[in-house]
Amino acid sequence: MIYYATQRFLLSVLIVIVAISLLTLMLHVVPGDPATMILGPRATPELIEQTRVAMGLDQPLPVQIVKFFGRILHGDLGTDVFTGRAVSDIVFEQLPYTLVLIAVSILWSSVLGIVLGCYSALRAGTWLDTLSGILSVGTISIPAFVMALYAVLIFAVSLGWLPAIGAGEGFFDSAMHLILPAFAIGISWVGYIARMVRASMLEVMGAPHVRMARSFGLTEARIVRAYILRIAVQPAVTLLGTGVAHLFSAAVFVEVIFARPGIGALIVSSVNERNYPIILGAVLVTTAIIVLATLLSDLTVALLDPRQREAL
Amino acid sequence: MSEQKLMHSSNAMRGDDHVPLMLIEELSVDFSTARGPIHALRHISLEVAAGRILGLVGESGCGKSSLAYSLIGLLAGNARITHGVIRLGDDDLAHLSAARWRELRGKRIAMIFQDPMTSLNPVRTIGQQMMDIQYRERITRAEKRKFAVDFLAQVRIPDPEARLDSYPHELSGGMRQRVCIAMALLTRPDLLIADEPTTALDATLEVQIIHLLRELQQKFGCSVIFVSHHLGTVAELCDDVAVMYAGEVVEQGSVDEIFRQPAHPYTQALLECDPGSIREATRILPTIPGGLPDLRQVPTGCIFQDRCPQVFERCRREHPGFHLGERTQMARCHLIEQGEMTP
Ligand SMILES: Nc1ncnc2c1ncn2[C@@H]1O[C@H](COP(=O)(O)OP(=O)(O)OP(=O)(O)O)[C@@H](O)[C@H]1O
Ligand code: SF4
Ligand SMILES: [Mg+2]
Repeated sequence: MIYYATQRFLLSVLIVIVAISLLTLMLHVVPGDPATMILGPRATPELIEQTRVAMGLDQPLPVQIVKFFGRILHGDLGTDVFTGRAVSDIVFEQLPYTLVLIAVSILWSSVLGIVLGCYSALRAGTWLDTLSGILSVGTISIPAFVMALYAVLIFAVSLGWLPAIGAGEGFFDSAMHLILPAFAIGISWVGYIARMVRASMLEVMGAPHVRMARSFGLTEARIVRAYILRIAVQPAVTLLGTGVAHLFSAAVFVEVIFARPGIGALIVSSVNERNYPIILGAVLVTTAIIVLATLLSDLTVALLDPRQREAL
Repeated sequence: MSEQKLMHSSNAMRGDDHVPLMLIEELSVDFSTARGPIHALRHISLEVAAGRILGLVGESGCGKSSLAYSLIGLLAGNARITHGVIRLGDDDLAHLSAARWRELRGKRIAMIFQDPMTSLNPVRTIGQQMMDIQYRERITRAEKRKFAVDFLAQVRIPDPEARLDSYPHELSGGMRQRVCIAMALLTRPDLLIADEPTTALDATLEVQIIHLLRELQQKFGCSVIFVSHHLGTVAELCDDVAVMYAGEVVEQGSVDEIFRQPAHPYTQALLECDPGSIREATRILPTIPGGLPDLRQVPTGCIFQDRCPQVFERCRREHPGFHLGERTQMARCHLIEQGEMTP
């Protein structure tokens, strides 16, 4: 397990390095000079040259990339040209909002999805199973931003039960502000996970080793808990790990709709301002988090299933 | 030669002196499918003698597994016992509550399955699984562990103590099947059902496992139902044998009698064609034209009529009953009733 974990961790680091290199490369492939873009059409050539030097854009590309890595290792993501603040400060200021939102969304949707999926599988063919199937497929096909709009319209505007704007202050207020966005992001995952868990439960329930466990008279409850669940949740855990990327993109919409602070909102406003250093910093941090999430889900699967520890 | 017509194993009239452990009478099983019910087992009557090994042979699809599973209550969801009784002690296994089944399984009846690669749970260690099945015993974990080690040693697994902490995927197929045998025996069953336990293993391992089974059966004195494609293995391992064809037992008796003097034309053909393996359906009887009958519409008359070299007019009309041969031997064939059983 330790061997596997180490290997898997090194792989993650490698992925982040490759991703960052690609990102910096991309910025150079995009037409137009970043310095010109940042300063706008009215900038003088001297000013542009000055900015280019300040941003290190006058140096050869490999040197830029190496220097960039050097700075990242020191936690320096560059400086925001507009405000002069460190990009890392700006990004890490916004990050907690998004992380909390995504964590709460994952938590409620995966717990509910797994419970619902198990229940459907154990009661396969009953009307409750059918109902959960219809609801799942229904919610899967609705995008998060549509959900968010309806949630705002119904629960905030019409009923006035829950706040719709901002992130709130203090624990209780923040929690109230989280409910609608977390609902909008998580709801389609409930369906996804429920369907996936149901399918894999049914598959495992028909496996020869389950029949063997039954042949020894083990109770159904014990078989489900000790023999089936640990195998059946694995696809869902993997799905969640890779799904964090989708959750981030859902968060972009949801943060804008709910006017919440966060990485999503930050990226959208920086894109509007063509604020490259911040876009780069935000995307970089997001990438690292997504890679970390898949690492965590892979390690969880390896903890659940010894066969997964064997090789990368 | 007795010409007595024995309708469906009235065992008191049989010439053997073995105590029956399990009595199957007139057992019929249907599988419901989208295209109508398959009558997979029809009027199976068999006796499993205490402390003996009963071989169940027949080509693929003849219903050996279906019979084996119905004896431990693990038939597929679309299966239904439509007729018959299965007596074990005071219980009728054909009409048993789920709760009572759980009491019997892993206590009076245990099973070894065909594929050792998939029969053990992949996410629990051998030790955990061997301790799981001792959930009935009111003993400490350490004692359960000791029993597990003890039985792993019985099936000759080297370094059993260490193996307890292994996961199934860390063991070879032969080792896994040994673990399965150890688990089944650990519950000290009266009846051990083995559904082709060696089919997935290579020949050398097969011989080892067969010897092990024989040895342990004698040691523990349980009855065994041994399902096999392999006539040679059955001849070597079993005391009694039942030959199945298309959902019926067509001949049964002691191994000596049946291999020395097969009475049913199907058994005769099997032994003539290939004394070794009878793995695949239809491939096995090259000298006999015709295929397996469709079990959705079972033909009237003898089930073997389309392929029987000795078929005559009555066979098309009338389903043969069980007729007694020399001693314990019985066959479902009109010829035997007419006293034409070949010497
Ligand atoms: N769950 C099921 N649904 C429908 N038909 C089934 C089912 N299980 C078995 N059958 C049918 O019942 C018949 C007997 O099958 P069974 O598996 O008992 O044969 P078998 O003698 O064990 O064959 P094999 O040697 O290949 O294991 C076959 O015709 C098979 O197609
Ligand atoms: S009853 Fe007739 S068809 Fe059937 S096995 Fe005997 S001789 Fe052949
Ligand atoms: Mg079978």
